[in-house]
Amino acid sequence: MHELPVIKSILDICLKHATINSANKILTIELKVGEMSDLEPEWMQRYFDFVSKGSIAEGAKLVIEKTPVLFQCDACSHQFKIDIKNLKAAKCPECGTDKCTLISGSEYYISNIGVI
Amino acid sequence: MENIRLIEVKEGILSENGKLADELRKQLAKEKTFLLNLMASPGSGKTSLILKTIDALKDDLRIAVIEADIDSIVDSEKVAAVGIPAVQLRTGGFCHLDASMVKKGLDTMDLNAFDLIFIENVGNLVCPAEFDTGAVKNAMILSVPEGDDKPLKYPLMFTVCDVLIVNKMDFLELTDFDMQKLRERVMILNPEIRIIEVSCRTGHGIDIWADWLRNEVKAFIGGPA
Repeated sequence: MHELPVIKSILDICLKHATINSANKILTIELKVGEMSDLEPEWMQRYFDFVSKGSIAEGAKLVIEKTPVLFQCDACSHQFKIDIKNLKAAKCPECGTDKCTLISGSEYYISNIGVI
Repeated sequence: MENIRLIEVKEGILSENGKLADELRKQLAKEKTFLLNLMASPGSGKTSLILKTIDALKDDLRIAVIEADIDSIVDSEKVAAVGIPAVQLRTGGFCHLDASMVKKGLDTMDLNAFDLIFIENVGNLVCPAEFDTGAVKNAMILSVPEGDDKPLKYPLMFTVCDVLIVNKMDFLELTDFDMQKLRERVMILNPEIRIIEVSCRTGHGIDIWADWLRNEVKAFIGGPA
């Protein structure tokens, strides 16, 4: 499955930023993961522990915040969250139109890293 | 004890793949080659649909296929058997194609010689949805026996596709598949999506699908529709 390439990309980006900032060790990685992703935090940490072995990120803790699925109404630009498990509620609550565009909920976004 | 510093990263992991995918699209526009990414579950009829589409469009368009499979070449052999150039990418265990893998396939081809290239993505409704391949349009197949609840289970796939092909329509009467429910569920996720009902076995709807694709290709590469 695609856990490995996803986690490897996260590691590479963190190592790049750590090197630019002359860090000796990465302790924490704050991530935003969209609700539409099927990756579970527990498994992401296990994969990360595996791929980061021997690097300055070994032992780093992933701090994962799940971000909601956010739509924007094409008609009135109102932004609203939807519960992906209850799709019947996915109409614009302001104007009732069902023409809406997904603006977040599928991302893997690295906010910051804690380093020494 | 050294102080912990917080470094702002503000980078998404799909950004690098996204950049490469955008570059591929620019290259394809320059070469006037349309790339279609076809995604679906295993057994939904990806290879069958490609073969039917080749049959419908081979007089109008110069076609090639990039086949992705975890570890086999059976699909590319079927395509090559009808005289269409096929490039096989073995993903070696990966469950999806990304832009860098597609680039490798495209680099082996003379893009000038083709109007339309299909990517037959790995059979899977989860991971391929997350990775932009550089394709001009994304298509997915849902076959009737899979059930009308798939948009509830794999919402991301339905949001990234421009067209949904519902295959195996000849099975409809044998199942409790509810087409109206499927349409409602898909439209909530992606109101712009085009839904086309086909049966690769009987040929039902293939003309509608082929017309849609022909128009998209002609609009992209220029020339009369």
